Amino acid sequence: MARIVVDPVTRIEGHLRIEAQVENGKVTDAWSSGTMFRGIELIVRHRDPREAWLWTQRICAVCTMVHALASVRAVENALDIEVPDNARLVRNIISASQYIHDHVVHFYHLHALDWVDVTGALKADPAKTSQLAQSLSEWPKSSTTYFRGVQQRVSRLVASRQLSLFTSGYWGHPAYRLPPEADLMAVAHYLEALEFQREFIRIHAVLGGKNPHLQSFLVGGMSTSLDPNEPQAPLNPERMDFLAQVAQSAKTFVDQVLMPDVLAVAGFYPEWFALGRGPGSYLSYGAFPQGGIRDTSLYFLPRGILLHEDLSRVHPVDPEKIAEYVTHSWYDYREGDQVAKPPAEGETNPRYSGPRPPFAFLNVEEKYSWLKAPRYDDQVMEVGPLARVLVAYAAGMTEMKTAVDGVLAHFKAPPAALFSTLGRIAARALETQLLANHIVGWIGELRNNMQSGKLAIHNGEKWEPATWPASARGYGLFEAPRGSLGHWVEIENQAIKNYQCVVPTTWNAGPRDVHGHRGPYETALLGTPLADPERPLEILRTVHSFDPCLACAVHVLDAQGQVRGRAEART
Amino acid sequence: MALHEPLPEALEGRGISRRRFVRFCSAMVGMLALPEHYVGQVIQALQATHKPVLVWLEFQDCAGNTESILRSADPPVAEVLLDLLSWEYHETIMAGAGRQAEAVLERVMAQDTGQYIAVVEGSIPTAEGGVYCTIGGRTALDIARQVCSHAAATIAVGACAWDGGLVRADPNPTGAVGLEEAVPGIKVVNLGGCPHNVANTAAVLVHYLTFHEMPALDQFHRPLFAYGQLIHDQCERRAHYDAGEFVEAWGDAGSRKGWCLYKMGCKGPDATYNCPTVRWNSGTSWPVKAGHGCIACASHRFWDTMSPFYKPLPSVPGFGVDVSAEEIGWGVVGGVAGLTAAHAIGSALRRKAGGPEGGAAPPPEKPA
Repeated sequence: MARIVVDPVTRIEGHLRIEAQVENGKVTDAWSSGTMFRGIELIVRHRDPREAWLWTQRICAVCTMVHALASVRAVENALDIEVPDNARLVRNIISASQYIHDHVVHFYHLHALDWVDVTGALKADPAKTSQLAQSLSEWPKSSTTYFRGVQQRVSRLVASRQLSLFTSGYWGHPAYRLPPEADLMAVAHYLEALEFQREFIRIHAVLGGKNPHLQSFLVGGMSTSLDPNEPQAPLNPERMDFLAQVAQSAKTFVDQVLMPDVLAVAGFYPEWFALGRGPGSYLSYGAFPQGGIRDTSLYFLPRGILLHEDLSRVHPVDPEKIAEYVTHSWYDYREGDQVAKPPAEGETNPRYSGPRPPFAFLNVEEKYSWLKAPRYDDQVMEVGPLARVLVAYAAGMTEMKTAVDGVLAHFKAPPAALFSTLGRIAARALETQLLANHIVGWIGELRNNMQSGKLAIHNGEKWEPATWPASARGYGLFEAPRGSLGHWVEIENQAIKNYQCVVPTTWNAGPRDVHGHRGPYETALLGTPLADPERPLEILRTVHSFDPCLACAVHVLDAQGQVRGRAEART
Repeated sequence: MALHEPLPEALEGRGISRRRFVRFCSAMVGMLALPEHYVGQVIQALQATHKPVLVWLEFQDCAGNTESILRSADPPVAEVLLDLLSWEYHETIMAGAGRQAEAVLERVMAQDTGQYIAVVEGSIPTAEGGVYCTIGGRTALDIARQVCSHAAATIAVGACAWDGGLVRADPNPTGAVGLEEAVPGIKVVNLGGCPHNVANTAAVLVHYLTFHEMPALDQFHRPLFAYGQLIHDQCERRAHYDAGEFVEAWGDAGSRKGWCLYKMGCKGPDATYNCPTVRWNSGTSWPVKAGHGCIACASHRFWDTMSPFYKPLPSVPGFGVDVSAEEIGWGVVGGVAGLTAAHAIGSALRRKAGGPEGGAAPPPEKPA
């Protein structure tokens, strides 16, 4: 029996460490640890709640904008502000483009190298690669000459022995199984996707001034005023055309490159439909309002909970049932580490009790992570694209049902196959396609509003702090690309009294709770086969299938108003 | 190293036409504000240079500077990452993890010591012996010291690596600092901004590859070509400021006409950066164009010194103490540069008294 450590887990956002117990070539136990802490919720206290979104957006830039949106929603909820329809639409377009960008980058640049051997591409026949590509898709970059060029480029990198990002890869690992032609096609698309993502996210530059870290959110709406007749308006007919064009190009890329690639790669690894099974319960807050924010029944992606892999019943979500444990996290609760505390009354006293660095292993019997362990009604929940797709599927959303059933038929697999590593990957791709179809419609709605003179973009009734009550509490929920995100805010005397975030990767990557129940990563890794424990590629496959974002996951709040200052933290 | 591939071959290998390459070099010379005759030198240098190794370290970060690199248009991102340099260590995007990743860093330290470029993203926590950020069981501080003190050149990208950024903002729960403070004695080029703008970073890398030294720096060790000019002076809405045309409320008629955002809290009159001219995402836009004020994200300790972000800058010197944004209109032109020492102090005092850091002090002048 051996303990292996993967630290740093790369091709993720942030700092994640996995320790795993391995017996007879299989993972028998696993521990997930977040190893970085900043304390952003402490830093926003006493500041103007209208600017909290600028601060909290910096929790993460891979998931840029998601914290900005959750933050303005939390403050709007606390102050009872409804945003104009145009602000809803701009937010939906920004969010949908974030999904598409994030999911494409995840598949090609963060995940593909777990399945694709870059050096395998050297052995490919470019003509056969061209045939393969043309059999899968109408994407025009598919000629023999094109693939020969890509192959020569890889070959020069390898010959120079300066492989840059590919230097440290697992090339030649026995778990790689793509034929060389598929390797070459995937490497070509890795490079194309680098350029695609840069061009596509210019949507955010138009709607947010820049990406990452957009700068157009406002409590009460957005700053992107629109006008059909003003050339200097942030949004005018010319810029609407640009948005529509770029959105259309995304639909083409997703339909003709991403989706066929995901199906093709998955086809060579069918056993991963049976590996990486998570805790079995799934949470989605729902996303993309099609009416008021409170009208959750009109959300484009539905809200709900599934329990114990049962797709026959969608349970309602009650935010009051969310609570977090710190039993195995580097924090203390005043009432002891056995209790779970809801975010609105959360409390965090960072108290590192791990080994002094440098260290070889964590003490996993005790506390071992900067992540807390969130639970819903005391149950472990998986969040993310798979959760959203399953909730939508179980809720009977026609478009989703058709898409999911199509993929299942393609693989001749039952719905239970989705509770897996490949299930997460397939769900992410399906969701990308769904949103690439719909973003064009939201841009059209925005344009129609503009043309018909419906120009309101901000509700300023409560912009001035003098209009606020002496104290107020609120929360903002959103489905970030990586899963369920909530911000909780308490405002007192026109300033933030308390702030708390419960974030997708905290749900998925969190440690064990008081009952010893593993977090989703820890559960999903059980039974993972390792062909070569010195090069634990298979662990990366399952961990990456969740799309970890650790910067998001670590957070802190002390609801009782006791700021742990630097001097104290240093003792 | 003999194994390193010379650039001309690399250029051919990726099908880059000479015309495009020359155009790129000319653009870089323009960006760096160099005399035109340097174009030839840049072309020659890039063609003659072997690919230097680059290692990119991430500490208390949000990966915003990594994401910004992925937005590089000129040179295209794939060339930056694979061809211009040998981009060997970068946790967010590198192929290997765990031992395989650590081995790269060890090899670079052993084989390329004194020759590689180190880039740092994120602040470095110093409280509690650095336990607030560990990688492979080692503290960020330990890694930064080791890697940066053996580099040929070190670049701090983004606000956090420069001066501690948001993580260092009051009350700085983790004792976060920027790279220069964490590892005293090393030479660092600071590319502030939240995040850094990849157009500037690419220019700095090209300058280094050409001249084997960094471009001219200001007192904060930021390249003058990018951080030397006031945003207000480069702003496309400047004429509206001069004409007294201001956005008075979000979404109002002025906001639809692209009027000045001064009264909505824009910090452009007190911030330097080439943001309005270089813009973001292949030159597509920048915050003011999207209707929101500048937050001075490339200014020193901006999170504390420039917030609250929706409060208009204080009165303009030379117009009497009571002239405020409300009264500024016709006839009040220019002259607002550098007025905000007072603003910074005001912001610091706004923070609760007696905080662990006593609020943020205005930035001390550093020796050049």
